[in-house]
Amino acid sequence: MTTLRIKDVFKRYPNGAEAVKGVSVDVEDGELVVFVGPSGCGKSTMLRMVAGLESVTEGEIELAGRVVNDLEPAERNIAMVFQNYALYPHMSVRKNLAYGLKNRGTPQAEIDRKVDEAAKLLQIGEFLDRKPSQLSGGQRQRVAMGRAIVRDPAIFLFDEPLSNLDAKLRNQMRLEIKKLQRSLGTAAIYVTHDQVEAMTLADRIVVLNNGLIEQVGKPHEVYSQPASTFVASFIGAPPMNLLDATLSDGRIEIGGQSFAVQQTQKAGPIKLGLRPERLQVASGGEGFRVEVGVLEDLGATRLIHARLGDQDLTIAQDSELPEPSSEALITFRHDDAHFFDASSGRRI
Amino acid sequence: MAIADTDRLPPATSDKAKTKTKPQKPRSNIRLYDHIVLAIGVFIMMGPLVVAFLTSTHDYVTIHREGMQITWGGNFLETYKNVLYQKGGFTGEVTGLLMTQNSLILGIGFAVGKIVVSMLAAYAIVYFRFPFATLSFWIIFTTLLLPLEVRILPSYEVVQQLGMLNSYSGLIIPLIASATGTFFFRQFFKSIPNEMIEAARIDGAGPVQFFWDILVPLSKTMIAAIFIIMFVVGWNQYLWPTLMTTEEGYFTLVRGIRNIMQQMIGADIPEYNEALAMAVLAMLPPALVIMIFQRMFIKGLVEQEK
Repeated sequence: MTTLRIKDVFKRYPNGAEAVKGVSVDVEDGELVVFVGPSGCGKSTMLRMVAGLESVTEGEIELAGRVVNDLEPAERNIAMVFQNYALYPHMSVRKNLAYGLKNRGTPQAEIDRKVDEAAKLLQIGEFLDRKPSQLSGGQRQRVAMGRAIVRDPAIFLFDEPLSNLDAKLRNQMRLEIKKLQRSLGTAAIYVTHDQVEAMTLADRIVVLNNGLIEQVGKPHEVYSQPASTFVASFIGAPPMNLLDATLSDGRIEIGGQSFAVQQTQKAGPIKLGLRPERLQVASGGEGFRVEVGVLEDLGATRLIHARLGDQDLTIAQDSELPEPSSEALITFRHDDAHFFDASSGRRI
Repeated sequence: MAIADTDRLPPATSDKAKTKTKPQKPRSNIRLYDHIVLAIGVFIMMGPLVVAFLTSTHDYVTIHREGMQITWGGNFLETYKNVLYQKGGFTGEVTGLLMTQNSLILGIGFAVGKIVVSMLAAYAIVYFRFPFATLSFWIIFTTLLLPLEVRILPSYEVVQQLGMLNSYSGLIIPLIASATGTFFFRQFFKSIPNEMIEAARIDGAGPVQFFWDILVPLSKTMIAAIFIIMFVVGWNQYLWPTLMTTEEGYFTLVRGIRNIMQQMIGADIPEYNEALAMAVLAMLPPALVIMIFQRMFIKGLVEQEK
């Protein structure tokens, strides 16, 4: 079953600016979909339209089988977790959780039960009578999620909920959000600009750029089969190397060197995409020679910044490093080469 | 944020304590100078008040003969009882107590009225998209250039035509529109993150409920600060009540001082003690309000609780 259906949605502002230019996505029951993209790509606008905080200029948003375009946020059966949590600072945690239920006219006994349940689930029971200002960032984050949970929504909406936390806490909360969402079995949309968050959390990733969807797919698909140079460079760290190359007769030429590839359909200029972690420094075999520049040792992996002709190239590897400013032979498997159209950037 | 900051505070101060040994001396000197300056300030400001209070405890003959006093005169109870309870004025029906009551009504009505009106105005300006919202705000703001004294004749005309002369509503209502208050509340509301209203919308709170449940409690310290300022301003009104009320039953303390003095000019010896006692009484409530609420007052103006 589909929880949320977004059909050809546009968002135009009165000043003519277009934030979303025709987006269609379905969110299935219990699925966690991550909207990822650089700032200004329309991901937050999209989320806010689902929440009802922004009006929809064109298109349809259907939640749990009914069109919600013209419904108030409170009538949509959604729950949202904001980046800065937006807890009510003058209310205790308990009141923060209960406020929405109270406004809906839920009987007090049921409010108490739901609040206690959520508090237990999130382990914030001991903070129930404190004010948000007396809590740490992680605890506030939990309260914000609690406020979403007690509403028992059809879908959770997360708007970069972890970006105010420090790196360590962020990793921990990321895992918790995932576990929680799994155990509740509620569908969720999660907006972030952090590709690591997107990869780890998502059942499906929606990569947005400039108000349009670049690619929708499982994290692994998006990583291994990027649909465009934009996706290729956005997902994965360090980003994929994108090299200007010329293809002809099953051979590819970059910076004066050429070697055989399996892609033969198209001749002419293309972009060759190579993931740094799929490149190897080899002692022999077919590959291309690069000039080794700066080396970075990250502990788990080592990055080699090299130059191939006049183009930059990054290689990630965990074995011995070559000498700086020496020459090295780089090889890769044919499956690991990605080909993109030079002008449109789409995958070939 | 606040928590993180206070967490970091203790080590910082203990660091200072360690390095403090040497610069301690000049520091305590600075402290001393600070206190001397403050003491001089207190002396200059409080001196006349103390003298006025002490003088008011003497009988009027002594004051007339020897001038202001700096000793305790022993007539305290008698004088103040007279001022509060003795019926005076032209009609012989006004007591100090009644004037105090009038002053309180004016001060509180003025302050509460201004807060209610300016909060609602700021709420409309900040949170509602109505045509010419910014323009309306600036029009309200420019009224700061037109203080009461400038527009007193037309204001009188209006109040008179509405038949509100000699009434509490006539004293209060024409004054409760406040550009200052609207400005303060507007700035404060603008500093409240937008997500707060969005969260409230998702929680199903309508405009009225958002105002009551979220904005008013958040503005608590702000309200207290503005209440204090406006209460003192209202309490000290002189020109407006003088014009609006001619019946003695509506006289305020501030007017009463003048009135007693005026009456006494006709008598052989002016009752200075009672005039001074009334002045002291007139100063007391605003001073008390400020002393009681000063912490909230400073918090409201300086700190923004979010």
